[in-house]
Amino acid sequence: MIGLLYDLFFDYTLRNIALGSAILGLVGGVLGSFAVLRRQSLLGDALSHAALPGICLAYMLTGTRTSLVLLIGAGITGWLGTLLILMIVRETRIAEDAALGIVLSVFFGIGIMLLTFIQQSNDANQAGLDKYLFGQAATLVQDQVVTMAVLGSIALGFVFALFKEFKLLSFDPDFAGTLGFPTRRLNILLTSLTVVAVMIGLQTVGVVLMAAMLIAPAAAARQWTNRLSRMLVLAALFGMLAGVSGALISVSQARLPTGPMVILSASMIVIFSLLFAPARGIVWDTLRRRRDRGRLQAPPITPHGGQSASAERGSS
Amino acid sequence: MEVSSSAPGGDPRAAAPVAITDLTVAYRDKPVLWDIDLTIPEGRLAAIIGPNGAGKSTLIKSVLGLLPIAAGNITFYGQSYAAQRRLVGYVPQRGSVDWDFPTDALDVVMMGRYGRLGWLRRPGRQDREIALECLRQVGMVDYAGRQISQLSGGQQQRVFLARALAQDAQIYFMDEPFAGVDATTERAIVALLAELRKAGKTVVVVHHDLETAPDYFDWCVLLNVRLIAAGPMSEVFNLDNLQRTYGGRMAFLSEHLAPGATP
Repeated sequence: MIGLLYDLFFDYTLRNIALGSAILGLVGGVLGSFAVLRRQSLLGDALSHAALPGICLAYMLTGTRTSLVLLIGAGITGWLGTLLILMIVRETRIAEDAALGIVLSVFFGIGIMLLTFIQQSNDANQAGLDKYLFGQAATLVQDQVVTMAVLGSIALGFVFALFKEFKLLSFDPDFAGTLGFPTRRLNILLTSLTVVAVMIGLQTVGVVLMAAMLIAPAAAARQWTNRLSRMLVLAALFGMLAGVSGALISVSQARLPTGPMVILSASMIVIFSLLFAPARGIVWDTLRRRRDRGRLQAPPITPHGGQSASAERGSS
Repeated sequence: MEVSSSAPGGDPRAAAPVAITDLTVAYRDKPVLWDIDLTIPEGRLAAIIGPNGAGKSTLIKSVLGLLPIAAGNITFYGQSYAAQRRLVGYVPQRGSVDWDFPTDALDVVMMGRYGRLGWLRRPGRQDREIALECLRQVGMVDYAGRQISQLSGGQQQRVFLARALAQDAQIYFMDEPFAGVDATTERAIVALLAELRKAGKTVVVVHHDLETAPDYFDWCVLLNVRLIAAGPMSEVFNLDNLQRTYGGRMAFLSEHLAPGATP
């Protein structure tokens, strides 16, 4: 155990995996909170799947596997997919869930097609592009972690500066509009920051599992607090906890894949929070309900008199 | 040239808190509001009355720039909404937001200050004092720290009213504040309307209940896609106009409003 903690700080590979996963958890938790509160959890899923064709196109156009180039490609198609969803919802009679499904499957399908095409082209350089499907944190190098940290700082900087605006936009966009805030542009900005969070997660958990890193820490955090600011901090902590513990488990247990372990850690936090969070936990809720049933007694029939006797009977 | 010709000194529209000219709003090819001309005079409590689908909420939302308008012109004291934003307060329908949002009553009321704060600045101690005072005005100061999902429907409505008060506006638009509230809240809203009137504010309220309308309001706007009639409650609110507003559903109305009339 001590050795593992020592490695966490001094082992090059483990440090990169843990740091990369922690940054992902931090940024995903904060931006996922807004997505969950705006009932747009699945938007994250759609836009992360929509990132796959971007990775392939960026590789085909430039011929490099430099992570920043591929991430920018991912960001562009992810962002286009999101705008397409928002446009479909605004301009057609197709509802949001259907629009999400359409964009997700079309973009992901194109991505898989391009990926297969690249893999069959016998290019010696192509190896490992498919790691973006489920992530491969073990191959993270320090430069990539630095890239993730820079992208994450930019995204979190926006959230910190525009906290009040994003809160109002999430709670009551119409009211925000009457106050003069450009709700459509703020909406696009907040969604674009979610795209950045997805870019950070592509190497660690991949396009398929990324949505869980947006939804799980936020859903868990909501259980513990009734204040948005605290929810953001908790979601960030839960995300980081899931990231680091997932990385440690994957390294210590005969090299299990990191991405799925991070997601499983996040899921454990969600399950624990759903069951045991003080005010909203299912366990306490069930106990409360059972207790209340035991205390249930007939309501008073007349506004005064005759009730105290029956109340005493009921409780004895 | 447009400006100088449209704002002569004696034009009553230029001085009115709200002046709507030729307003048409459409959803695709279906008109929701058709050619509305409407002026609300200063210091009035105006009720917008009409059947479901008459465009009452649409009227408020398009006036506040939340919906695109197909044609028309809307001014507040002679100027555009963008220029007069700070003079206008808004109470949306209670059902338009998710009340399970992680925030408390005081925080929601503070949102009324955001327009004055502008970008980046956070609400300070003074905004907090103002928000608490507004909660006090609607009888909700004891619930300031309460998570908003733990408030009753009427209490949530009063939080929304307090938020509009925190905007410190001259003109208030309220979308069905009386819908589904308890008797305590109804009394609180009526008292608040009276206070706003005493303070010289202009208030425009979408209202559903025909029985209470003449008691609560002194100005009446009858709407059914087109403007049917608008003016002082005593002159406009009569069976003839209501019949023209509600059309076939009048059997119900005449029972309520004219018990002496033969059905």
